[in-house]
Amino acid sequence: MDTSVYDEIGGAVAVDAAVDIFYRKVLTDSSISHFFDSVDMDDQAAKQKAFLTMAFGGPNEYTGKDMRAAHAGLVSRGLNDSHFDAVCGHLKSTLEELGVPESLLTTILGVAESVRDDVLNR
Amino acid sequence: MPKITVAGSSFDRAADESVLDALLRHGVAVPNSCRKGACQSCMMRAMDGYVPAEAQAGLKETFVHEGYFLACQCRPDGDLTLASPDNNAAFQPATVVFTEALGETVHRVVLSPETPLHYHAGQFINLRRPDGLIRSYSLASLPGTIPELEIHVKRLPGGAVSTWLCDTIKAGDPVEVSAPAGTCFYLPTREPQNMLLIGTGTGLAPLFSIARDALHAGHQGGIHLYHGSRSRDGLYRHHPLRDLHAAHDNFHYHPCVSGRDVPDDCIPGRADAVALHEFGNLAGWRVYLCGLPAMVHAARTQAYLKGASLADIHADAFELAGRDENRGAADEAATG
Ligand SMILES: Cc1cc2nc3c(=O)[nH]c(=O)nc-3n(C[C@H](O)[C@H](O)[C@H](O)COP(=O)(O)OP(=O)(O)OC[C@H]3O[C@@H](n4cnc5c(N)ncnc54)[C@H](O)[C@@H]3O)c2cc1C
Ligand code: HEM
Repeated sequence: MDTSVYDEIGGAVAVDAAVDIFYRKVLTDSSISHFFDSVDMDDQAAKQKAFLTMAFGGPNEYTGKDMRAAHAGLVSRGLNDSHFDAVCGHLKSTLEELGVPESLLTTILGVAESVRDDVLNR
Repeated sequence: MPKITVAGSSFDRAADESVLDALLRHGVAVPNSCRKGACQSCMMRAMDGYVPAEAQAGLKETFVHEGYFLACQCRPDGDLTLASPDNNAAFQPATVVFTEALGETVHRVVLSPETPLHYHAGQFINLRRPDGLIRSYSLASLPGTIPELEIHVKRLPGGAVSTWLCDTIKAGDPVEVSAPAGTCFYLPTREPQNMLLIGTGTGLAPLFSIARDALHAGHQGGIHLYHGSRSRDGLYRHHPLRDLHAAHDNFHYHPCVSGRDVPDDCIPGRADAVALHEFGNLAGWRVYLCGLPAMVHAARTQAYLKGASLADIHADAFELAGRDENRGAADEAATG
């Protein structure tokens, strides 16, 4: 993982700011919000943080196998490419709101894209 | 099977079992109360092994560094070696100064600890009865002014400690109190930040402290306190709060009654619903939510969706001790 993107963006503080914006977008998008219904908000915020830290290339302990396991239940509930695209769309607009430069944005979305098959358990 | 080692003895633990449940199953006495990660009475210290982050959520930074964690929330993948649970270190003797009924079900209990506590408005203490039962109570007193601690106790039918505090104890009786705990507290800010305080039942206790502490600190920005109960009798601080409202331009008290027979000076409806309906956008607000767990969790999501940032939402769910069955019914009784 490229930790320089994470540092360039401002590390953990930036992740906190991004979680706030990103998670709100996800919860208010009715095409995907049902996947998050049953999870406690504290736990979920922590997981969103893990999500973004990972997308920013920051320190994380997740492997492809973990990504598969974390989302396997969701796939059996119908998680597919359209949901994945929606999440990536919210990630993109979050980064734009935070004024993240274009070049970093491309790198980050590339990291997200790279786990598509693991998340969708293919 | 993962192992837990305490004071030289090793115990097995099932993969999905918490460290607390495993130790209790093996007969190791670990103080505990809510078992939901809220009361912190089952805090233990790891000497060796990996403690998952969720077992340290809500603990002070210094405790985290020293390896303390909440046994009820700890389900590690591997083995752990722990310091012996120290039953006395965290508690000190205190004396009941007086008790006073505030309406039919709530009692105000004032305690004098042997050594004054340094706490933030909004924190709670764990109170230990001479027989060892532990329950959490939020501090309603104003920190830094008087050494006495004030708590508001709701009498629950069949509740062990609450009925004892409401009906049995008297001035001069001994109890024990822990160090203050909890992260739902007020810290002064220089910016004129608006504050939204929502409490059901005795969830008012920490808010009563926070509101007065904020005013005391010269808080700039509006302070909106919504207190909810099923009946007017449950709004047990109605008059002092109305006086506070009259005395401060930036303090607003909104009494809410969710049951029937709503008096003219109260708002009909549930406190969280009334409050969250009132404000369209909570961006930049500081929000405090205390009391009934179901209310706290729902209001938290709503406040966040209305724009409050996660870091600005402080919540204390009054989880009842060790009652997993009939939780819904017990919760209703607890704070309604
Ligand atoms: C952080 C925190 C702060 C808190 N602050 C306050 C506060 O400021 N004020 C306050 O009043 N409370 C507060 N509480 C709640 C308090 O700690 C106690 O849980 C509460 O007083 C009940 O304790 P108890 O011993 O009286 O009831 P318990 O004996 O623990 O019983 C709880 C409820 O379960 C019912 N019950 C008993 N046995 C059963 C059974 N077998 N099946 C089903 N139901 C049963 C009882 O009738 C009662 O209604 C707080 C809790 C937390 C976690
Ligand atoms: C870029 C792609 C994604 C990445 C990098 C990612 C990352 C993560 C991570 C790190 C976790 C935490 C795992 C854990 O510690 O338990 C997680 C959990 C979760 N993710 Fe994703 N995720 C992605 C896509 C999605 C999508 C498209 C959805 C649904 C629309 C989704 C919904 C969830 C949910 C609901 C959980 C919580 C699962 C649970 O607690 O049971 N994720 N994700």
